[in-house]
Amino acid sequence: MSMNAQQPADHSADLSQDLEPTASLIAATTDRDSAEGPSSHRPISRGRLVWRRLKTKPNFYIGGVMVALIVAFALFGDFFNIYAQGQQDTFNFNSPPSGQHFFGTDAIGVDLYASMTSALRKSLLIGFLAAPTATLIAAIMGSLAGYLGGPFEMFTNWLINLLLVLPVFYVLMIVSPAIADPSNLPAALQWLGFLPAWGLLVLAIGFFSWMIMAQIVKNQTKSLKEREYVKAARFMGVSTPTILRRHIIPNVASLLIIDGALGVAMAILAETSLSFFGLGIQAPDVSLGTLLQDGTGAAVTRPWLFVIPASFLIALLTGVALVGDALRDAIDPTSEVNRA
Amino acid sequence: MPEPLLQVKDLTVTFPNSRGGVRAVRGVDYTVDEGEFLGIVGESGSGKSVSSLAVMGLLPSSAKIDGDITFRGDSLLGMSDRQLSRLRGREMAMIFQDPLSALTPVYTVGQQIQEALTLHDKNLQKRTAEKRAVELLKIVGIPAPERRVKAFPHEFSGGMRQRAMIAIAIANDPTLIIADEPTTALDVTIQAQILEVLQKAKEVTGAAVVLITHDLGVVAGNVDRVAVMYAGKLVEKGPVDEVFHTPRMPYTMGLLRSVPNMLTAGKERLVPLEGRPPNLAELPPGCPFADRCPAVQDRCRTTEPELLAELGDGREVACHRADEIAAGTLKPNDIFPRPPHEERELKESDTLNPVVRAQDLVRHFPLYKGSVFRRVVGSVKAVDGVDFEVLPGETLGLVGESGSGKSTTALEIMELVTPQRGSLEVAGKDVGTLSKAQRLQMRQDVQIVFQDPMAAVDPRMPVGDIIAEPLTVHKVPRAERTRRVLEMLDLVGLAPEMTDRYPHEFSGGQRQRIGIARSLITNPKVLVLDEPVSALDVSVQAGVMNLLEDLRDRLGLSYLFVAHDLAIIREIADKIAVMYLGRIVEYGPVKEVYETPRHPYTRALMSAVPVPDPAIERERQRILLTGDLPSPTEDIPGCNFASRCPLFRMLDEDRQARCLGEDPAAVPHGGSTVACHHVDQIGQLDDVDISALSPTGD
Repeated sequence: MSMNAQQPADHSADLSQDLEPTASLIAATTDRDSAEGPSSHRPISRGRLVWRRLKTKPNFYIGGVMVALIVAFALFGDFFNIYAQGQQDTFNFNSPPSGQHFFGTDAIGVDLYASMTSALRKSLLIGFLAAPTATLIAAIMGSLAGYLGGPFEMFTNWLINLLLVLPVFYVLMIVSPAIADPSNLPAALQWLGFLPAWGLLVLAIGFFSWMIMAQIVKNQTKSLKEREYVKAARFMGVSTPTILRRHIIPNVASLLIIDGALGVAMAILAETSLSFFGLGIQAPDVSLGTLLQDGTGAAVTRPWLFVIPASFLIALLTGVALVGDALRDAIDPTSEVNRA
Repeated sequence: MPEPLLQVKDLTVTFPNSRGGVRAVRGVDYTVDEGEFLGIVGESGSGKSVSSLAVMGLLPSSAKIDGDITFRGDSLLGMSDRQLSRLRGREMAMIFQDPLSALTPVYTVGQQIQEALTLHDKNLQKRTAEKRAVELLKIVGIPAPERRVKAFPHEFSGGMRQRAMIAIAIANDPTLIIADEPTTALDVTIQAQILEVLQKAKEVTGAAVVLITHDLGVVAGNVDRVAVMYAGKLVEKGPVDEVFHTPRMPYTMGLLRSVPNMLTAGKERLVPLEGRPPNLAELPPGCPFADRCPAVQDRCRTTEPELLAELGDGREVACHRADEIAAGTLKPNDIFPRPPHEERELKESDTLNPVVRAQDLVRHFPLYKGSVFRRVVGSVKAVDGVDFEVLPGETLGLVGESGSGKSTTALEIMELVTPQRGSLEVAGKDVGTLSKAQRLQMRQDVQIVFQDPMAAVDPRMPVGDIIAEPLTVHKVPRAERTRRVLEMLDLVGLAPEMTDRYPHEFSGGQRQRIGIARSLITNPKVLVLDEPVSALDVSVQAGVMNLLEDLRDRLGLSYLFVAHDLAIIREIADKIAVMYLGRIVEYGPVKEVYETPRHPYTRALMSAVPVPDPAIERERQRILLTGDLPSPTEDIPGCNFASRCPLFRMLDEDRQARCLGEDPAAVPHGGSTVACHHVDQIGQLDDVDISALSPTGD
């Protein structure tokens, strides 16, 4: 749909070029001045080609606009509100959305609009940092284990299985004192103390959600490794990190991107459930998770307390998924959309 | 005039999709008489398999079938599946391409033959069915059928599975056998065996056979009549001799001229038939071949020619200019002239140092057993001591069946590491003594082109980046890389705009050109070509072969050309090494080896290669090998070919004992080197009765 549609005339011209018998082509090229041919055409790098294709995807714009609006709201929404986060309006308990309280108030008169902007900031940070962290770990561990094989693969398998059998939630509960107060960190990890509490939460969520993706990437890598283009690269003398970066990762990229996009949702949800147990974001801090938790009980009687945070969550996740979808199509030249 | 056995009238098959549908078959007419052998030839995607599946009623239900197919006067298209099932297997039988997926892995071969028998004869006793299964396996030449009848499909080799398939097909004495590419997945020596069995099955049952294949050589030697298919239509039909000698459709001409012929290879150049078949979903008006036809006229672009028997000599052609061609005013040589050879000078070979020299090269793969405590239980002797050298500007052809170790040899050179045994020299340096930096430097001199054009290039990279990749290793600046890429595209005959395209937009032949461009960008001295054309359609093959020849002659490259096709090797190589089970059994100049093959394996291999000429094919003496390649894990004390050797069985006991007890060393005979104890006895193979050696005899 992208390139092919734009230059149909070009394409047929190339084909007819190729129809000529080889011998005559070669004979023709020997006569041609080699200096004038090459300068007429400048190839485009892969990165720019992907970007050009990305720009033609409607999903990219729709999703991008949704995410951008939510981010803008989280950053600049406070300018339009007179209430600060956590500030109580003792004259308006349980008031529905109005001109004074755009999103209404809760049982103790806290302005939901102010809570939303603050909660979104926290959740966006956690979601957009924890998911790529997990995906990055998965990509590195999985591709290395699959490509190198041998002892490193055995070690990775062992680590993955160990982390998988551990009940992640209980582990997070155990480490939560450290998250709440970095001074509780074990000696070896004291250097992480500069991070705020939510930063440690990001690391914890990331570290416990890369395993399944790594397993998939590892198996994909093992089959990609036997492909002739990977062998060809090896025979050219291309180094292992470059082969991984150039041939393996792009070929599992569609998986990684989907994983990353879904991971944002998972990370926000993980934060939600941790916060529910008082292990994630602690009051007076708020996040989408704590807001949803508070709103759940009021869903029937005071629907704005539940519907508004939930709508934001859905819109955010949809936006991220659409962008991920478009990115996958742009990276994968063989995906249906590009072919049609 | 008696009614034909099978009559296909104006058959069209459409696979519906969101944009109307793909017309895979567009009006095909043909008849098969009782006991006739019809060949249908076409390239991949021409609709030849779809049309035969329609006859068997095996197309998916989504396919829309129009026209009429009658079998003994009864229309098959109106029949219910139950009625069809009664015909299938009893009256009509089918042999598929892939014998592995055509047999059920959980039942024994015997059970599957018995099932075919009892399905159509409910009263058949179990004991009788068992006996009949053994008989059938014997007919198709499976040794020890009493034992093999209880074997499972995975215990059979590819050739034996295909024999079992034929046994199932002929179990109920059918009157029509449809064989869809029955030998494509098999090695030439096995192919020769299977075709022999198919001929025998035809004799035993008296059935008519429809052989569908892309291989003109296979057709030439077997069929009575041939039909050529292109873009869903038959374009030429007639008796096999006439079609091969005086083709009337330019497509047939092009196809015949693009096929390498083992007997004429090297003397006459192949004629490339460039371009690709049209997309059946968006077929332009006019003749579908018009875009690729050098004899195209204006009317070809507007009206599609019908398949007509204009001249009334039993031949039908779909071409506007058939009358001119038949009258001889438009000759094949005018339509597809043979391109001239590039001038080539081979320097005096004594004075030159070889660019690749392998001495006693060995590559064994250990076999492990156990999962906790892994221990070596044996080894696969993929390459077991080979010696060869490639001189500058020379091409060495490495030929052998699958499993002979030829690809492993090629990859072993590419690794550029100390071999397990023996020595390997590239560009005069022993690769074992190289430092890391030197090895990286040397990788510029040795490059490889792979077999599968789909897998050889990264689908996620634009073509420009793919071709430039070898240069990134050597830190060549971007501007210089771009310049070189465009130079290479030019060299292999691709347009410079193609740098931004992704591989899936290219045809197989074009992709192979991309692979060649990538391998040439570092100005290598040696190119290792691992079956570079075997995955391509014949018409495209010729173009790539000519390109490789021209590049070698212009750039002074040396090739190590790995192939299983002897005709292709004869076309391009100067020297040939015939490999069998990890050893080189015969090594010498191409002319010498092809004219006077001295090893019985070389002889058998050469006689198994089909030649696209019906007259020659009928008179050729075939030396058929018995059985399959032994496992490369076995320890064979004597000659590893003795178990299949046709000469071995004609020798007296003393000589046989020597074959079994002593491993033959490679000894010079004439211009070549042969690893056989009894080169002096090879003449015995010239005057043998073929049937005595045919695998069905024992």
